Amino acid sequence: MRVIPAEQITEALKDLAISANYDLGEDVLEALRNGRENEGSPVGREILDQLIENAEIAAKERVPMCQDTGYAAVFVEIGHEVFIEGDLNAAVDEGVRQGYEEGYLRKSIVGDPLRRQNTGDNTPAALAIDFVPGDQVKVTIAPKGGGSENMSMARQYAPAVGRQGVIDFVVNRVKESGSNPCPPVVVGVGIGGTFDLCARLAKKSLLRDLGVRHPDPFYAELELELLEEVNKLGIGPMGLGGNVTALDVHVEYYPCHIASLPVAVNMQCHAARHKTAVL
Amino acid sequence: MSDRKKIQLPLTPEDVESLKAGDRVLLSGPLFVGRDQAHKRLVDLVEEGGELPFDIEGETIYFAGPSPAKPGQVIGSCGPTTSYRMDPYSPTLIALGLRGMIGKGARGEAVVDAMKEHGAVYFTAVGGAAALIARTVISMEVVAYEDLGPEALRRLEVADFPAIVAQDAHGGNQYDEGLKEYARS
Ligand code: SF4
Repeated sequence: MRVIPAEQITEALKDLAISANYDLGEDVLEALRNGRENEGSPVGREILDQLIENAEIAAKERVPMCQDTGYAAVFVEIGHEVFIEGDLNAAVDEGVRQGYEEGYLRKSIVGDPLRRQNTGDNTPAALAIDFVPGDQVKVTIAPKGGGSENMSMARQYAPAVGRQGVIDFVVNRVKESGSNPCPPVVVGVGIGGTFDLCARLAKKSLLRDLGVRHPDPFYAELELELLEEVNKLGIGPMGLGGNVTALDVHVEYYPCHIASLPVAVNMQCHAARHKTAVL
Repeated sequence: MSDRKKIQLPLTPEDVESLKAGDRVLLSGPLFVGRDQAHKRLVDLVEEGGELPFDIEGETIYFAGPSPAKPGQVIGSCGPTTSYRMDPYSPTLIALGLRGMIGKGARGEAVVDAMKEHGAVYFTAVGGAAALIARTVISMEVVAYEDLGPEALRRLEVADFPAIVAQDAHGGNQYDEGLKEYARS
């Protein structure tokens, strides 16, 4: 058994929260630059230029690339041979608290959805824990902005709608979201599982680097087809018209009930932030 | 960026009249900043017959909630937030003289009707370009509702703030035009 003190998770998360908000991933920058080459609209190209410049300013000046520094979606993968000493939930929240304070990140969480008092330190995190083989702990933070999260949706279909039904749902969701989620977007799609698990799959798919395809060729092909269809919509950067509506589409699937075909779309803006540390 | 129109705030009725959907502009002058909760408070106040904490006549409101300023910074990162959430409130403020709004994402019919009736224009800034936009902010002060933290009502002085006319005072709509031009079947 390898023992990892919970404080190490706090330390790691604090740094990850700051870096995720200051340093846009190279995969996203690359996708924005490619988009710039393919964009037919002059306004669209100018917007993509601004986004690339913005990412450079944020990284250089050590400031958040977007003022919405998000809900702290935290994923912890714990190896079977690891014992975490201390309170993991508390350690995660403490990491978020310290990172959002020291990094001058916006505190965007209200403690109660109806009475809406800001918690003041961006906690609690939205924490998901998985157990995996090995003796390591992998900690990931994916700060999730409200603008794109609000455009997300889940549906329980009858199995008969099949592959085409899934495509129609995803494309329509992007269409309906229009200019709201800060296009160009990344579309996270979950298919299968239970109602709740399906949405979780959609969110998890967003942790994959842009341009990396699903390992199963059937789903890899579905991703490419979805990307092509979405980019035919014409929504373009900031919804003002153009060819680059999505930078990528990611799909994750899971076994499901014989009666069900759950589909969930988690919309992600171009500020597709996620950072990981392995302890 | 040379074809950007330079506009001095506050907007004049002539500015509003002449701005057309799709125009790229650089805005300089005073801007008020408010989002969901500040809008709710402003409109609740109007409904109770109270007086607004600032003179809204001719002004422009930027829908945003900046991140905290670091020492030495005027303001933290401050890109636009999604505008449809302000749709229930904007018509009331437009009727009181609000002439410009900056946010991101399309506005609903009631807002567009108010814009046409009273003469107002809606700009989009680039969502997520928050560090870049912060560079155009010269000064910042809290006007009201400090207790709302990032949602407090602020007044900014900006220079060459980049924006695009998304929906104009004549019903022109760049979102619709963009779709018409770029959608492929
Ligand atoms: S949707 Fe994304 S880029 Fe747009 S404001 Fe929200 S976090 Fe920022």
